[in-house]
This record gives sequence, structure tokens and C-alpha cells, in this order.
Amino acid sequence: MWELIRKNRLKSMLLLALMAVVLLLLGFVIGAAVDPEAGFAGMFLALVIYFILLIVAFSQGKKIMLRMSNAREIGKADHPQLYNIVEEMRLAAGLPAMPKVYIIDDPAPNAFAAGMNPSKSVVAVTSGLLNMMSRDELQGVVAHEISHIINRDIRYMTLATIMVGTVAIISQMFFRSMLYSGGRMMAGSSGKKKGNPVMAILAIAFAILAPIAVQLLYFSVSRKREYLADASAARLTRYPEGLASALEKIAGSTQDLKVADKSMAPMYIANPLKPKGQRLRNLSSTHPPLDQRIRILRGMGKSTSYAGYQQAYQSVTKSGKGIIPPSALKG
Amino acid sequence: MTSTIIIIVVVAILVIALISMYNRLVKLRNQVKNAWSQIDVQLKRRYDLIPNLIETVKGYMKHERETLEAVTRMRAQAMEASGVEEKAMAEGRLSAALGQFKIAVESYPDLKANKNFLALQEELTSTENKISFARQNYNDQVLFFNNKTEMFPSNIIAGMFGFKKEAFFEIQDPQERVVPKVSF
Repeated sequence: MWELIRKNRLKSMLLLALMAVVLLLLGFVIGAAVDPEAGFAGMFLALVIYFILLIVAFSQGKKIMLRMSNAREIGKADHPQLYNIVEEMRLAAGLPAMPKVYIIDDPAPNAFAAGMNPSKSVVAVTSGLLNMMSRDELQGVVAHEISHIINRDIRYMTLATIMVGTVAIISQMFFRSMLYSGGRMMAGSSGKKKGNPVMAILAIAFAILAPIAVQLLYFSVSRKREYLADASAARLTRYPEGLASALEKIAGSTQDLKVADKSMAPMYIANPLKPKGQRLRNLSSTHPPLDQRIRILRGMGKSTSYAGYQQAYQSVTKSGKGIIPPSALKG
Repeated sequence: MTSTIIIIVVVAILVIALISMYNRLVKLRNQVKNAWSQIDVQLKRRYDLIPNLIETVKGYMKHERETLEAVTRMRAQAMEASGVEEKAMAEGRLSAALGQFKIAVESYPDLKANKNFLALQEELTSTENKISFARQNYNDQVLFFNNKTEMFPSNIIAGMFGFKKEAFFEIQDPQERVVPKVSF
């Protein structure tokens, strides 16, 4: 388990570094398009925006997420079974403290985890999920959420989400200012210094491509982390069928989560926003297809270890490459 | 002059390495202790639940005196057991007795309408799950710790400061080896 966390950390750092490079390049190119000497100022501005958003997310993220989804905290007396299951999974995962438990009043079956720190975490489930699931299924879902906490997914996905957000904001700012200035800024006719036309074209290209690039990076990592959380959930419960049949019920439900928001999607157990088109589904989804996740879990048979998940993953996706780093398989 | 500096640096690095290995061992041993105390809390919780449960079902299950007495007896034995291995053995027997009890409950449909019993049943199910999940985690922690005490180079430190291997918490009753999937 610790090996998996360590490997995850390495990969996440790499991803964040890549995204940061895109962000800085975007800042530089846009800056330079406005004024040949403003490249580094643009980079600096991009970083400032990123850090401001970061501070907000780290200090308020959990609160914002809970408020946005209308979650209410419960105690053991309110829903003994849910509370018990969360406590069971806390023990299995060896979390240092009991997560706070929340219920979201929404008929769509879903759940999410929040909290940057494993000792101050939150698990929230919808009332729809509670109504629909058996005890074993609920346990599978909660195990998946607790796995996001112990694998440190929440921390890294938040950092990455903000990166995606910052790139989007900067691109938007650029296009808006272009629109309002009627392209004057590009031609450089109103300024004393002339903007570089090559830089202007580059800036337009970057402002279009950068948001797409960071999102694709982000989606691929988010999907990988879903698989890993499934693998960890199977290992914690020693019963992959619980989660598999819960996912099956979620796949069968046609309801969209009313309170869902795009920025929160990777924290949920299943994508709360059903994709409308099918074509780009695989590339532009925060979650792997449910039927695939179910088939992998069912393919595990009696072996509930990471190695068992790896084997099932390889046979279902027919890929030679596994989802779990080899050094983590022993655990 | 340079050679003394080199010697000092090498010695400093060695000392730091030794200290960090020692600290790592202490940390792992504390994690084992903590994991054990988590099991202990849940075992006590099960002891507390059993008298309530027996009290609730006594009126319904008049023909199951032996089963109920066995549960009570095993509970008393488990409470007295000490040490990881002895405890594991006694807990295995208690779990087996409770297993018999759960099978017996099946033939009393009236019980399933009793709110009090249903609540106790959820508590017992959950407590048994908690015991097995806490045990899972404890055994993982013991494995990490034991590996560290046996593997080079930390085994040298372990030998010097008397870090001993910890025992796994294994349930002795063969029936208990399967994860209990309890649904009354």
C-alpha cells in the first residue's frame, strides 16, 4: 500500500510539472504577444493566479464542496449502518481518524470523498445511494472513497483541477481582451511598442490548445486513479463483488446528480455528469467506463490483492501494460 | 586537514543514518501497538454487545438454551485470555459459537420484526466486520515491522536495541478463515 502511494506521488508530481510547463508557456506567449518585453510578466501573472486559487482551495475547498452539494453531517444515531460501514473501512485502511460522514439529499446514487489530509477527511453519500444499495454494496462504495483518501488522490487531483482552471481562466482573459480591443493589441497600433505578430499567432494557438492539452492530461490521470481506487477497495473489503454490483446499479440509474459540478467530478465514485455524446467519451471522461470497471472487479475471482486486480485489468482491457506499478504488487 | 573533514562528514552521515533507522523502527512498532489497540477496542465492544443480545432473544429462543449458554461461556473465556496467540484462539471459539447462534436465529421469524433485535444485529455484524478489518490492518503492520527487523541493514539496529518480531493475529478456528459475510 505504501509503495503504491509513493509511486502515485512520483507520477502526480510529473503530471503537475507538465501542466505547470503548459501554464507558464501560455503565460509567456500571451505576455509576449501584448508586449515583447512582457513575456516573463505574463508568466508571473499566471503563477499568481494559480497560487491565489490554490490558497482558496486548500483553506476552503472542503467547505465549498460540501456547501455546493448541500451535504449535511450525520452522527451514528442518524444512520447507524452508514456510520458503521465508514468506521469499518477506516479500520481496514488504518486511517488515523474517523472521517466525518455526510449525506446529500439527492435521488441519484453517488458518493464522494474530500479533505486534503487523511486525518481530516470527509465521506459523503447521496440518499439515493443509501436507498438503493445493500450493506455489501454500500461497503464497496465507501471503500472506494476511503481509498481516494489513503491514496492521496484528493490532494493531487485538487492541485491538478486548479491548474486546469487557471489555464482556462487565462485563455478566456486573453480572448476577451482581444474581443474588446478589436484586435488592436495585436496590431500594436495603439501602443507605443509594437506587438510581435508571430507571438500574436502563437498566443492564439496556445490559448486554444493549452486548455485542451491540460484537460487531456488531467483526464488520463483521473481515470487511472479511479482504477487504483477500485483495486484498493477490493483489497480493503476482500470482496470485489460488493463494489461491482454497486457500480452496476449506478450504471443502471438514469438520474443526473442535481448538485454536480464539473470541477468536482473526479471526487465522485462515478461521473456525476452523464456524457451526452459517445464519441469522445473515452478521452474526455474523468472516469473509466463503468462496464469496464465492473468486468475487471468481477474478473478478480478469489484473489483480492493488487496482483489479482492487475491480472483482471490486463485480461479485460487486453493491454500488456498494467495499471499498478510492479513494485506495489507485493502489498 | 581535508582528511579529518572527510572523516567527520562520513561519521556524521553514518550517525544520521543510524538514528533514522532507529526512529523508523520505533515508529513501526508504535503502529503495530496502535493497530492492536484498535482490535482490542472492537473485541471489548463485542463482549459488551453479547449480554444485551442474549437478553433480547432469550424470550424468543426458548429451545436454544445450549447455543446461548455456549456463547456466554465462550465470551467469558475470551475476556480472560491474554497475549496475542491465546486471545486469537479464544476469539476464534467465540466467533464459532456466535456463528451457531446466527444459524439458530434463522428459525425464529418473529425476531426479525423486533426493532431492538435488528439494531443489535447491525451492531454485532458491524463489530465483527470491524474486528476482521482491524485484524487485517494489524497483520499488515506486523508484516512491515517484522520485515524491517529482519532485513539488512535495519536488522543490525533491531538486534542492538532489542526490537523483537511481533506475532500475527491469526484466527485459529478454520471456519473463521473466510471473511464473515453475515446476513441474518
